[in-house]
Amino acid sequence: MPTLWLVCLLLVLAAAGFVMGRARALSSAGGDARTLHSLPNYYGLNVALTSLVPALAVLAIWLLAQPIIVESRVSKLIPAETVPEGSTIGLVMSDVRRVAAGLDLVVDAGLLTVPEASGLRAEERDVRALLGEVGVALGADVRPEVLAAAQRSRMLNHTGGLLMTGLVTGLALAGLGWAYVRTNKDFRARNVVERGVLVLLIVAASLAILTTVGIVLSMLFETSNFFRLHDWKDFFFGSTWAPNFRGDSELSILPLLWGTLYISFIALLVSVPIGLFAAIYLSEYAGKATRALAKPLLEILAGIPTIVYGLFALLTVGPTLAKVFGKGGLLGVEWMAGATSVLTAGVVMGIMLIPFVSSLSDDIINAVPQSMRDGSLGLGATRSETVRQVVLPAALPGIVGAILLAASRAIGETMIVVMGAGAIAKFSLNPLDTMTTITTRIVSQLTGDTDFASPETLVAFALGLTLFVLTLGLNVLALYIVRKYREQYE
Amino acid sequence: MTDLSANAAPAKRHGASLLEQNARTRRRNRAEARFRGYGIAAIAVGLAMLLVLVFNIVSKGVGAYSQTFVTLEVELQESKLDKKGNRDIEEIKKVSTFGYAPLINSAFAAAVKEGGLETKLKAKDQAGILSKSAPAQLRDYVIANPDKIGETVSFRFLANSRVDGYLKGRVTRDSIANDKSISAEQLDFVDQLAAAGILKKTFNPDFILGSDASDQRPESAGIGVSMVGSLFMMLVVLALSLPIGVAASIYLEEFAPKNWFTDVIEVNISNLAAVPSIVFGILGLAVFINYMHLPMSAPLVGGLVLTLMTLPTIIISTRASLKAVPPSIRDAALGVGASKMQAVFHHVLPLAAPGILTGTIIGLAQALGETAPLLLIGMVGFIASNPPDSIAAGLLSPNSAMPAQIYEWAKRADPAFYERAWGGIIILLVFLVTMNTLAVILRRRFERRW
Repeated sequence: MPTLWLVCLLLVLAAAGFVMGRARALSSAGGDARTLHSLPNYYGLNVALTSLVPALAVLAIWLLAQPIIVESRVSKLIPAETVPEGSTIGLVMSDVRRVAAGLDLVVDAGLLTVPEASGLRAEERDVRALLGEVGVALGADVRPEVLAAAQRSRMLNHTGGLLMTGLVTGLALAGLGWAYVRTNKDFRARNVVERGVLVLLIVAASLAILTTVGIVLSMLFETSNFFRLHDWKDFFFGSTWAPNFRGDSELSILPLLWGTLYISFIALLVSVPIGLFAAIYLSEYAGKATRALAKPLLEILAGIPTIVYGLFALLTVGPTLAKVFGKGGLLGVEWMAGATSVLTAGVVMGIMLIPFVSSLSDDIINAVPQSMRDGSLGLGATRSETVRQVVLPAALPGIVGAILLAASRAIGETMIVVMGAGAIAKFSLNPLDTMTTITTRIVSQLTGDTDFASPETLVAFALGLTLFVLTLGLNVLALYIVRKYREQYE
Repeated sequence: MTDLSANAAPAKRHGASLLEQNARTRRRNRAEARFRGYGIAAIAVGLAMLLVLVFNIVSKGVGAYSQTFVTLEVELQESKLDKKGNRDIEEIKKVSTFGYAPLINSAFAAAVKEGGLETKLKAKDQAGILSKSAPAQLRDYVIANPDKIGETVSFRFLANSRVDGYLKGRVTRDSIANDKSISAEQLDFVDQLAAAGILKKTFNPDFILGSDASDQRPESAGIGVSMVGSLFMMLVVLALSLPIGVAASIYLEEFAPKNWFTDVIEVNISNLAAVPSIVFGILGLAVFINYMHLPMSAPLVGGLVLTLMTLPTIIISTRASLKAVPPSIRDAALGVGASKMQAVFHHVLPLAAPGILTGTIIGLAQALGETAPLLLIGMVGFIASNPPDSIAAGLLSPNSAMPAQIYEWAKRADPAFYERAWGGIIILLVFLVTMNTLAVILRRRFERRW
């Protein structure tokens, strides 16, 4: 792990720089800290930061950029006509990567020396068997151009690594030297350090943007790859979801969207009445003691990980429902084939969302001014009439916002539907049928060995992007409504 | 106002006094009681669900902590294990687990004879009640202690998961009718062994400390190694999200000018907090694994993905606690000549620290229970058999995480794994409850009301 060692080296250099800078500043002041412009530690920090920060930044950028550069260089080595029928350059490149990683392992295992590995010829030696020895299984024999590309990529990565180590260490030393030379008693170290720290703070704050950009870009990029391989009309307007890893799949989002919305609808059907009534009771009727006890207890439900709900759906709720509606069940009807169904997932998700709806609505109901209640009660209305005719209409926009937020949660929920909803994509109105959702399909298309050149894998990114846009839209709308409503009473 | 009461004759009410409710008032009062009842019912349903959930977890999961063991005196016959008698470790290693099976068979025969048990089972079927790991356990012991060859040593073997299920009530004589791996005679034999005290159900520390096992051996699966995986992920999350989150919040709360850039960041953070967790998994797969070629299934990658997910939570709570520090503190610091940066780092930040810590612990607890993104970066579906031996290996070698391990067990066909999934959830919840309690205690203890 040379990168780790490099980082350690940088940290050691920075620590040395701190001690040296501090000592130099003190000695330039003749040992009397009072004549320094800044406190002695600032001089040390200045040297340490000047040495560490640019070097770390270059290291990070280099680590990000190297794979793209190597990839683009290496893919030029593979002529378009040698790409086999029915394959793509992307597939060949993933072969190249696998061979290159295998060669690394071979060298690590001591089966070949470094020059032997780079001089290897596919014509002379059975590379597939060689890689098999170190546990890298290949689907077919290694073709000469793939081996050459793999060797080239290893060489580029190797020189890249050396260059990076040299550059980063040099930069750290240069920074250290420069800052050290600048250190004397009149140097305004505090101002410089504080400016540097402010830049670091800004960078940290921008990471949030970077994450969003990363999410959007990574999904956009793979989605555009997907639409190059697959017809967009089928994705948005088709009616069947039937992935087939031998190709020629029908990949339409509509049946998945239907399942997602149906399950979310049932979840809201469970959680909204319960959550809303709980919130009304807690804010309008309950005494202090009841509130202090019931509210945190309800919120425990929100803190339970979704895997627990998933297991609850799969092993408890599903089988219970099957005992009632299934074959040989209590009702004597045969409406349910297995434990997984829309109802199973919907009910459990509803339980999960109860505290979500109740605490959001509670906040909103509490924000309704007391004077409105007093007015209504003073006219002789009962409490329930006050709630129904005054408080709820006033809180309605906020409650709608809360429900939208809950809906966005339900649409993006994964574990409960993966374990409770089933795997068959279809349009059906029967809540006891198994159905599948967008998140479930993302999980199933992306777990296990993924091949980034097939539409069956890439469709997951298109699904993810749809999910992202859907939940983001709901959130923005909900936050807008809630905020607007809050302003009304402030 | 006074003339109103003076002039108007007392209005004639519709034949009723104030002391007696008329039909309409009664109806309204009934509606009131009903409405109140709905509220109570809603809370009762919510709490009942919580109760059902907790009861379900505990009742189904407790079984995983005890396991059926068979204690046998095994004679480590020299003729089988070390034919030449020179105790050469290489030669001993050549004896495969098949070579150890007869030793167990004869140990059973001895136990039957000694206990005066009656069974028509063949020795091989008697040994069939043990876990498939029994010969391997014996072999590991012999390779570790070659000098014990020839002696008789007492071993505690795991019983087969069916036998274990029989003692726990999961497997009944009806349910094994079509089961090839155990017969009714074997269950009779188990009853006899249990009566003789050879077979016992006791606490099983291996469930908490051990590693996952293959589909064939649910009885020896444990959650320990995936716990280590979770620990390493949490270390990564803590090391990255705390400094970055605090730095971002300090900038946004203390330094940021009001401009479009700050607005974009703020909107971004509040939206990221609501992005479905699986989307972060997709990001992790596309960026960290497919693009940066970090190893699949590594806790480092899991930690990075969870960091991105936890950051908004930490930023939101840190900003709230920074905001709670009154401006007078800043003014006082600035007034005695501190720079803005010094005022923030020397005075505001220490005062906000308890709140920040509480928020961080809650964020970590959230990350600990998160499963969906881990499925996408490959933290399910394989068995890490040993805990990592160094920090680098802990970060980079494939491992699982607690929730991913639980999911993996829940997916397997053998119901014996379900018990372990519930048992794993107990451990997960113990961690979460501890972390949240810690957060509450910290808040109570150190939070200052200004």
